[in-house]
Amino acid sequence: MVELSHDSRPIIGRDRPLGATFLALALASIALMVADQRYDQLERVRGWLSAVAYPVQLAVDLPFRAWSRLTESFADRSRLRQGNLELSARLRLANLQLQRFAALEDENRRLRDMRENSSGVADRALVASILNVDLDPFRHRVLLDKGAEHGVFKGQAVLDADGIFGQVSQVHARTSEVILISDAEHAIPVQSNRSGLRTIAVGTGDSDQLSLPFVTVESDLKAGDLLISTGMGGVFPSGYPVAEVTRVERTPAATFALVDARPTARLDRDREVLLVWFEPPAPPAAPDASAAPQAAATQPAAASGGTTPSATVAAAPAPATPPAAAGAEPGAATTLPVTPPAEAPQ
Amino acid sequence: MRTSNLTRRLFYWLSVAAGLVLAIVPLPDWLSPVRPDLALLAVIYWILTSPRIAGLGYAWLAGLLLDVLRGMTLGQHALGFVLVAFLTHRVQLRMRMFPILHQAGAVMVLLAVYHFVIFWTDGLTGHGYTGWDRWLPVLCGGLLWPLIVAAGDSLLRARR
Repeated sequence: MVELSHDSRPIIGRDRPLGATFLALALASIALMVADQRYDQLERVRGWLSAVAYPVQLAVDLPFRAWSRLTESFADRSRLRQGNLELSARLRLANLQLQRFAALEDENRRLRDMRENSSGVADRALVASILNVDLDPFRHRVLLDKGAEHGVFKGQAVLDADGIFGQVSQVHARTSEVILISDAEHAIPVQSNRSGLRTIAVGTGDSDQLSLPFVTVESDLKAGDLLISTGMGGVFPSGYPVAEVTRVERTPAATFALVDARPTARLDRDREVLLVWFEPPAPPAAPDASAAPQAAATQPAAASGGTTPSATVAAAPAPATPPAAAGAEPGAATTLPVTPPAEAPQ
Repeated sequence: MRTSNLTRRLFYWLSVAAGLVLAIVPLPDWLSPVRPDLALLAVIYWILTSPRIAGLGYAWLAGLLLDVLRGMTLGQHALGFVLVAFLTHRVQLRMRMFPILHQAGAVMVLLAVYHFVIFWTDGLTGHGYTGWDRWLPVLCGGLLWPLIVAAGDSLLRARR
């Protein structure tokens, strides 16, 4: 049983009345919630508080990082050798592909110059590692060890070696929070690499699955199709792999087909990701964490239903050339050495 | 000699802070929905044992810090914490006379109130997750309660 308290202070005339304190604090929390949610006014307060939280998060992350470093340093020689061989083989392949990409990129830039639209060339990427910190188990968010001090901005695209990972939803001084594409609140405009069909991929809350709710029954999409980013909405660079369609179920009576896709990025296994900058750095639409996916969801949803494949045919070998129809796309060609998914060396 | 007020205060702060740190320690995926709210359980325990030390202000601050650590809407956990702390204060005279299992039941009710606040504000801010497993920490916290009481009491007794 709980021990009784022995408190030397007098009972009469002690602290403020409980009810009043409670009321004040409850009202304060409600005011905070409203200010944070509706008016986005708390950036500075959040900044101070996250300065308090940062050492805690770092302390939690530290033992895990130390452990992985320890196991790394004690890895046996043969395994290192094998890993090294594997990596150099992959590098050779990647270099080979890069040679071709260099030519393609030049050509792409020339074509864009002719159209007086040479804006969308990706220029910079920053490697960030994911802190070993658990956020809410029901949201797909992770914390990166790079923040405003490193130039990270809200709405920035985050990639991994295999595809699009997510976008930055909150920036603190030295950390930033990323919402994954599999979060139930996230939506990303995509395009089928085979047929050019444009639609939206929405997170499901399951890190192995995205859902495509706006694909009509008669549209040209089948299991195995690769979905790449379109660059619409200005958040993500275009032409990067997002997901692979795993299931298309058509019920003749329904308007929309039931389509599932599996993200190509390794959402639940990555430890390191890339933050990318591409021109223009600040997307035209407000890159608000909640507003951007919604805006992205509403824009092309109208167009997704009846888009004919003839209007938007993606280039066959490399998914780097954007469709000609979308003239005003902000981030288009990319120079980052992401392997093209069709020929990814296994 | 009884544990002095200052040491109690220190224990209170340290145990809640430890609970906050444990709230973000990574767990395996299957375990993470079960994660008990140790910071809140510590708040409840200290309100029951030393109500005049464990006030509402620190509970509120702890909730706010949890919001920041987890990157949630500011004030969500703060509201839950302060509400639970208030309710515990109101019933603490009765609650600490309960037998331990009965007390664990009461704690589960408090935890349910807390999770309802989180669930509700989640819904209002558009993050609603309605799966049944979001209520698992309530059960887990109730089961842990006897252990927490045992640990806390032995801590206080050792200091006498």
